Amino acid sequence: MENMKKKTLTINGHEVEIGSEKNLLEVIRRIGIEIPTFCYHSELSAYGACRLCLVEVEGRGIMASCSTAPEPGMKIHTDSKKLRAIRKINIELLLANHKRECPSCIRSSSCTLQNLARRLGVEEIRYKQVTEFQPIDESSPALTRDPNKCVLCGDCVRMCKEVQGIGAIDFTHRGSHSKVAPAFESNLGSVECINCGQCVQVCPTGALTPKQEREDVWRAIHDPEKIVVASIAPAVRVGIGEYFNMPPGENLAGKLVAALRLMGFDYVYDTTFAADMTIVEEAEEFLRRVQAGGPFPMFTSCCPGWVKYAETNFPELNANISTCRSPQQMFGSIAKEALPKILNIPRENIVVVSIMPCTAKKFEAKLDKFKTNGIPDIDHVITTAEVGTMIHSFGIHFAELEAEAFDMPLGFGTGAGVIFGTSGGVMEAALRYAAEKINGKVPHAIEFPAVRGSERFKETTIQAGDKTLRIAVVNTLSEAKKVASEAAAGKSPYHFIEVMACPGGCVCGGGQPITNDRTSKIKRMNGLYKTDKNMQFQKSQDNPTVIECYEKFLDGRPNSHKAHELLHTAYENRDSVFDARYLVQKGSSPKCVSIAVCVTPANDEDHKAERVLNSMISLADALGVSSRVDIEAAYAPASATGRKAGEVMIGTVKLDGADMEAVKRVLAEELAKLS
Amino acid sequence: MDKATVAAETAARMQDAEEVLRENNYDKARLVPILQGIQARYRWLSKDLISYVAKAVGLPPARVYGVATFYAHFTLKPKGKYIIKLCDGTACHVKGSTPILDALRTKLNIKPGHDSSDDMLFTVDTVSCLGACGLAPVMVVNDEVHGQVRPADVERIIDDVLAKEKKQSK
Repeated sequence: MENMKKKTLTINGHEVEIGSEKNLLEVIRRIGIEIPTFCYHSELSAYGACRLCLVEVEGRGIMASCSTAPEPGMKIHTDSKKLRAIRKINIELLLANHKRECPSCIRSSSCTLQNLARRLGVEEIRYKQVTEFQPIDESSPALTRDPNKCVLCGDCVRMCKEVQGIGAIDFTHRGSHSKVAPAFESNLGSVECINCGQCVQVCPTGALTPKQEREDVWRAIHDPEKIVVASIAPAVRVGIGEYFNMPPGENLAGKLVAALRLMGFDYVYDTTFAADMTIVEEAEEFLRRVQAGGPFPMFTSCCPGWVKYAETNFPELNANISTCRSPQQMFGSIAKEALPKILNIPRENIVVVSIMPCTAKKFEAKLDKFKTNGIPDIDHVITTAEVGTMIHSFGIHFAELEAEAFDMPLGFGTGAGVIFGTSGGVMEAALRYAAEKINGKVPHAIEFPAVRGSERFKETTIQAGDKTLRIAVVNTLSEAKKVASEAAAGKSPYHFIEVMACPGGCVCGGGQPITNDRTSKIKRMNGLYKTDKNMQFQKSQDNPTVIECYEKFLDGRPNSHKAHELLHTAYENRDSVFDARYLVQKGSSPKCVSIAVCVTPANDEDHKAERVLNSMISLADALGVSSRVDIEAAYAPASATGRKAGEVMIGTVKLDGADMEAVKRVLAEELAKLS
Repeated sequence: MDKATVAAETAARMQDAEEVLRENNYDKARLVPILQGIQARYRWLSKDLISYVAKAVGLPPARVYGVATFYAHFTLKPKGKYIIKLCDGTACHVKGSTPILDALRTKLNIKPGHDSSDDMLFTVDTVSCLGACGLAPVMVVNDEVHGQVRPADVERIIDDVLAKEKKQSK
């Protein structure tokens, strides 16, 4: 009877109860035995490729524990002479194929391959070392891809496809020629990758790493002419501790400020200040949309991963994305505008270093639209892990530092700005602002528990007079895709949607220290909420330095002309990245209006590709603007994209290519925008 | 050829691809038959067709490229009208497939690093085994099998194909 109630199996001779685990690996790990794995992540599908989690099941032989379901009565051995030999050979084979430059590899000491080789006692590699190496892909401003260090576990592939819904990289070729690469083995920088760096977080080796900018920062620090300014993002303070083996989730902003000063940063500011400014601008924008009746839903714009995703997959939603720059870019433009006046130094001598939990921020900072006179507003972006490496290299005992305060004025933030670092935080901060403005009085409760937590989809409502505004919060892009598709189809019930690309938000960004602690996500989130509670101010609108900044530099009020110039932006149509495209005629001007003709089977003469293309070419000639337009043929399957034959996209405006009047009008408008 | 015509020709290829896609219900589970269907028409898979198929069935281009490079059947380089598969398996190798390969490349004037003739009439591939070791060395020109080939036979086999080709084009 006893056996009927409890389902058990034995592991190394000990009886263990079977819980809700999906596979043997989870059962074995629960009882405290750390079975080695490369390709197993509980949030991804089981893949069974690395063959390290092998166990012996009596009567069945050797099996991969990650893809074997636990069954009552199983007798399992996790270690034996045979298993040891197999695991060791697997590691030896991987090492023979590996570019072994461990001392100079960025992942040295956090590398699973290195750790397993040590743990399993691999002291000799009996196989011939691969000596011909493939080129390293440095094309992306955010990520470096070194195929010579790839162990083909496929973690990055599944992360990108399953969690982010993108699939920018995949396995190509087969057998000994197998590799993980973007489509057509092109560069990561030229495909649909959104730079989120979640692949970096799951990569067990140095095959995918954040692009390193540490040396550029040291160079600036060592340059006596330069005033080097740091801006620390909210999520960094609860992640940095893990780099130094401290418990996750503790707010270590004070120690980080002290460390940066020791290293030679001249001023250390808080991105939270810019986050408060973002909220003032963004919530004002939302309230204006509420008054004007749209366009809804409004999407947040703080996450550069999401913004690139939207520009690439849903360019028709560009008008729905808040025009506010992200806190990083707001900080950059305010710092470069205000600091020369405050510190009395020339603008070109200021170097702004942004410290971010994010790899996509590196991409964002390098966009042309965030440069002033050719100089980027944010000069360098380093990740939490990079700043950890820098502190380490300086010889600072981080854990023992005395906490120091941020510099003023750009170092003053509120609790609303701090929670920007977690999924739901931007929305909560905006609601704290909006709720007060809509109702004209200070609300009693300022916490919005409905938008908190690590769930990928959260929703709530707020009341604006007799109107109920529907709010949604999503993280991961596979979740964002659902709300964006709904919005693109004009069927979204929401008014305001926060999107963060990384699971759980910035606290779990691609630039955070790599950790095996599966509870650290929630601990980092809680760390930010705890900080929020302890802050002097909890609402962005109460931030006195933000108010002062508006008075001194931004014509005194949110959404002013100056505020628009410094704090807002416009979005691109990156649709072309995917489509099979053929450049029919390229303009000679540095900036051209793109005229893309949709080429797909037509049912009538007027919409035949050749005809529409020729009419575009002759129109440009007739108007004398050939040098200022790019004419392209875009091959888009009507079946999947909802595009019609002969449809023309001028800039971001879609219209019927046979309607020459409309084409002429839109072309004139787009050309006018250019000049 | 003016550029609009090139674009229009590519459009015609997309139209063919569209036909194959329709026959397969735009079903991503039928990716392999879709790629086979397209390759059957063009003898190779071009980059734009792969991107097109990816978008049409709703898969990332990297996945479609991965499938296309996994199977030896698919080719991402243009192939000639006549594909010569020369067996270089153990039996054929021992019986002298290497001199035959040299003879083929010389006869067809294929440049080093290439595997097709400049006129795109012929492509020479070596394969691991054609399963006809008794006939070693073996080669197949499209569907026609030639057994116990000697290097001296290459001249005649190719000339026969060229003669046939000439007759057809008249």
